[in-house]
Amino acid sequence: MTETAERPVGELSFEEALKELEQVVERLERGDVPLEESIRLYERGHELKKHCEARLREAEEKIELITLDAEGRPTGLKEVEVP
Amino acid sequence: MPLTDDTFAGTNAPEFTVSEISFALKKMIEGEFAHVRIRGEIGRVSTPRSGHVYLDLKDERAVIAGVIWKGTVRKLRVRPEEGLEVVVTGRLTTYPGASKYQVVIESMAPAGIGALMAMLERRKAQLKAEGLFDPARKRRPPLLPKVVGVITSPSGAVIRDILHRLRDRFPIRVVIWPVAVQGEHCALEVARAIRGFNALPEGGPVPRPDALIVARGGGSIEDLWGFNEEIVVRAAAESAIPLISAVGHETDTTLIDLAADIRAPTPTAAAEMLVPVRRELLADVATLGERLVHAADRLLAERGRRLGDLARLLPRADDLLARPRHRLDRAEARLVRALEARAGRARTRHAALAGRMTLRLLERTIALKRERLAAPVQRLEVAIRRKRTDARRRSIETGRRLRPALARRQIEKGHHALETAARRLALQARSQLRQLGQRLESLDRMRQSLGWRETLARGYAVIRGPGGEGVITSKGAALPLPRLEIEFHDGRLPVLPDQGTPRKAPAPREGSHRASQGGARKPPRSSKPPEGQGSLF
Repeated sequence: MTETAERPVGELSFEEALKELEQVVERLERGDVPLEESIRLYERGHELKKHCEARLREAEEKIELITLDAEGRPTGLKEVEVP
Repeated sequence: MPLTDDTFAGTNAPEFTVSEISFALKKMIEGEFAHVRIRGEIGRVSTPRSGHVYLDLKDERAVIAGVIWKGTVRKLRVRPEEGLEVVVTGRLTTYPGASKYQVVIESMAPAGIGALMAMLERRKAQLKAEGLFDPARKRRPPLLPKVVGVITSPSGAVIRDILHRLRDRFPIRVVIWPVAVQGEHCALEVARAIRGFNALPEGGPVPRPDALIVARGGGSIEDLWGFNEEIVVRAAAESAIPLISAVGHETDTTLIDLAADIRAPTPTAAAEMLVPVRRELLADVATLGERLVHAADRLLAERGRRLGDLARLLPRADDLLARPRHRLDRAEARLVRALEARAGRARTRHAALAGRMTLRLLERTIALKRERLAAPVQRLEVAIRRKRTDARRRSIETGRRLRPALARRQIEKGHHALETAARRLALQARSQLRQLGQRLESLDRMRQSLGWRETLARGYAVIRGPGGEGVITSKGAALPLPRLEIEFHDGRLPVLPDQGTPRKAPAPREGSHRASQGGARKPPRSSKPPEGQGSLF
């Protein structure tokens, strides 16, 4: 199926998880999956969906400005407000 | 000849020392050309470690040396580059120690847009030839970056536009690397920021972005010039983190745009291109989740229905067995009765048959059967004949196919059998011949005892015509003949019937078979005389 199918869902990026979720749904919708496989696919799909949603919801706005030394090297971060 | 200056008559011009004249010149030139603008093409440029820049300015007929002191270099808006036509501002100085003069450049600007564009085109062609703008180098940013690095001025409209658009679409973590977006430091700082973000380790105190935006608002070509600088273009092309450039307005194309992975027409567009709308993504995921549940439900329902259908089609075990069980019971009950009845019938039939079973009946049956057999037997014979013919034909065909070696062996075997058979045949033939000989002798003895010659010995004779031809059996036949022949058992005697005295007979001949046979048949009929009679006459 996909190259990500064997990896734990938690390790997947949002994009990978979304792509695999799409493929899982398409396979189930085609309906040509054996029962055992369809149960496994459903469970995997559910996990993928939860993972995607978590990734979407956990995202939070945070604006930081890098502070530089005299030579232009980064020294740290300073949180700023959106002007 | 005067040896001193004094000897030159009339030369009363004041004398200068070299230093005096050199410094006089210096004073004059630096006074006269303390502030000049010179237009020319940059020739050879050298930048030694001191940080000062030495270059030549030239036109078709003349060259003037120029220097840009270290402190001035950083303030230049245009980096001196060979071939670029510039207008420099500065002052002339001389160097009395080497009889040299030069222009100390305080500022430098391209000699018009045309000159700048020409240089830009040259640089673009060169970097393109290096493959820095290859589409194969371009990387796609992730669908949903975790951290976005923005390289731009921390103040101003650009960063505000970007941050606002990001907030609208998808609140996300943003790290700003502040840089000068125009002026002498621009190129260096932008290049350093790009490389700096790329150098950040994963999981360090400063998060490593998974996408970069390099942004600047619109401006003149000179304002944007920093983004055309080679160090910036190279840094952008080498960035491992996908980079979106959004420099100037849509119509302004800088070289960083060509080296970037994606070029956005404006900073706002860069934010839009980099980050999806969270609401839409959530909706997408929700839809996928619904489709997932629905598809799984449908799959299960479908399978359940099929199972139900099949289960209904499957009869219950009791139902399956009821009929056979019933039949078994009935059959069992009928079995005993049937056996008894059958035995009774057989007994009756046996009695009846025993009564009818007589010898005559058997004979008739046999005759009938024999008759019935006749036709099949005949057919069988015909079939056998046909079979034999076929076999012969086949054997001929087989014979054609026979292999010589095999045949030779067969022939040898045949020979052997033949010899054996021949020996046996010879043996048998000899014994048969012996038997036949014995039989022949006995028959001959019998024949002799029964033959007419024996009769002759007993006194009968055979009368023949002249030359021994024909058997004469009557007087009438004998009378017209001139002569006759009498055969005795020991020979023939010719006689003359008229004279009564027979002539001397010729030597007795062995009787011809025909005559003998003829004679053998005739005598019993013609021989009337009794035994002992010598002649018929």
